[in-house]
Amino acid sequence: MNFSAIWAMATLVVRELYRRKDFYVLFILTAVITLSFGAVNFFNEGGIVRYLKEICLTLIWLSSIAIAVMTAARQIPDEIERKTVLPLLAKPVTRTDVVLGKYLGCLLACGITLLVFYVFFAAVSASKDSTFQLVSWFQALLMHWAMLSILIAMALAGSLVFAAVSSNATIVLLATGFILGILRHLNKVALMQPEPMQTILYTAYFCLPHLEFFDLRDLIVHSHPAVGWWPILLALFYADCFTAFFLVIACVLFKRKAIG
Amino acid sequence: MPPIVQIDDLVVEYVSKERGEGVKRAVNGLSLSIGEGEVFGFLGPNGAGKTTTMKVLLGFMPPTSGSASLFGTDVRQPIARQRIGYLPELTYYYKFLTTEELLRFYARIFKIPKAETEKRINEVLKLVELEGARKKQIKTYSKGMQQRAGLAQALINNPDLLILDEPTSGLDPIGRMKVREIIQRLKEEGKTVLFSSHELGEVETVCDQVGILHQGELKEHGPVADLVTKHGTHLEQIFLNVVGYATDSESPTEVEIPKEESP
Repeated sequence: MNFSAIWAMATLVVRELYRRKDFYVLFILTAVITLSFGAVNFFNEGGIVRYLKEICLTLIWLSSIAIAVMTAARQIPDEIERKTVLPLLAKPVTRTDVVLGKYLGCLLACGITLLVFYVFFAAVSASKDSTFQLVSWFQALLMHWAMLSILIAMALAGSLVFAAVSSNATIVLLATGFILGILRHLNKVALMQPEPMQTILYTAYFCLPHLEFFDLRDLIVHSHPAVGWWPILLALFYADCFTAFFLVIACVLFKRKAIG
Repeated sequence: MPPIVQIDDLVVEYVSKERGEGVKRAVNGLSLSIGEGEVFGFLGPNGAGKTTTMKVLLGFMPPTSGSASLFGTDVRQPIARQRIGYLPELTYYYKFLTTEELLRFYARIFKIPKAETEKRINEVLKLVELEGARKKQIKTYSKGMQQRAGLAQALINNPDLLILDEPTSGLDPIGRMKVREIIQRLKEEGKTVLFSSHELGEVETVCDQVGILHQGELKEHGPVADLVTKHGTHLEQIFLNVVGYATDSESPTEVEIPKEESP
């Protein structure tokens, strides 16, 4: 494995992100919406702070998911379309190096983006609420990043299955919506179904990644005490397993793909 | 001295995307050897198998049978590509980078130390005449400048072998001349160059050896002067003769080809 090449590709993805407009547009949009809601004061003081935090975090979640999926989905198809994959693979680089470099780059780019968003959130929270908890804030950021890691790996694998970037991004975004909105209730639905539907739904419930595990928004919105570090580590391990699973699929698919 | 490029009885087959066409043979029993310091021109009409052969050499696709090696190492090993530079036909490099950044990116892949990278960047930018535009983003470049930036990336590791796939394709006469001059300079530096082209005059000027590929088979191979003497005509007519174009009576540009001498 060529770690130097993996790192070079990762820094390329980060450079691309800050030279494109997507991140700036989404950040400004999040900031403007949050600040304009923050300026309105038609609830009592406690209510408005929670309300503001909730809006800000929801916007951060939506923006970060969009950035992660769109960035990861276009990486390999863009390389193939622009033919830059040819001089790249003509260097002492394996296709596994390319997938890992792209993954690492997207992860770092999303990490930087999240940090900017969460610092903004901390600033907004601190200006309205004196009980800002740094540990909870850090745990929410870390778990959010772990969730994005799964999505990035999923989008990279998807980009080698679906020909168009837009169709891959749409499918990954829909899958994310399904997982965040419905998957957590799938066991209850399964319980009411006859066989074999019950087994199928239960299998999906246990096999698909439960992204809601990584949603610690309530923790900071309601100023709850921080979660213990063992559950956090366990959740990070859970995220790593799914990330590795999707990356293995991406590597296998990329190895089989005809180039040029 | 062992050859830089060695191809033995290479066969490449692929499944055609056209319905009902099945398996197609792009390269059929190609054997070739290129020695150190040689400039080898790969000629052939579109679909002759030139790019496919290059793809096998670069490890992009595996051979169906036969073998290919670079510097004595099987082309399927990534290390075989440590000492080569490759310029594909019409590539659109990362638009958001400057040439300097592009070259630094590729240098990092080769694990070239920082100080040497800067020295190498200066050298190749001077060679391809892009020193003045080194800090401009590639998206602002003309086609010719992009192609020269491509040549620069192919040279960043100071390769011993250069593989150039139609390096002058799509360029205006000045752009072609500049690329040709660069290849000449590389030849003078003793680099081994394998390049494909449709420009027969260019091949005649630059190459020590040529190979004419048609329907996946190497039809003619040897030094340009030897081929010209053997056939008693210039390279363009030899090429037309080999690909069977001149014998077509319906051809709009029918030319008279002298009978082939027996070898």
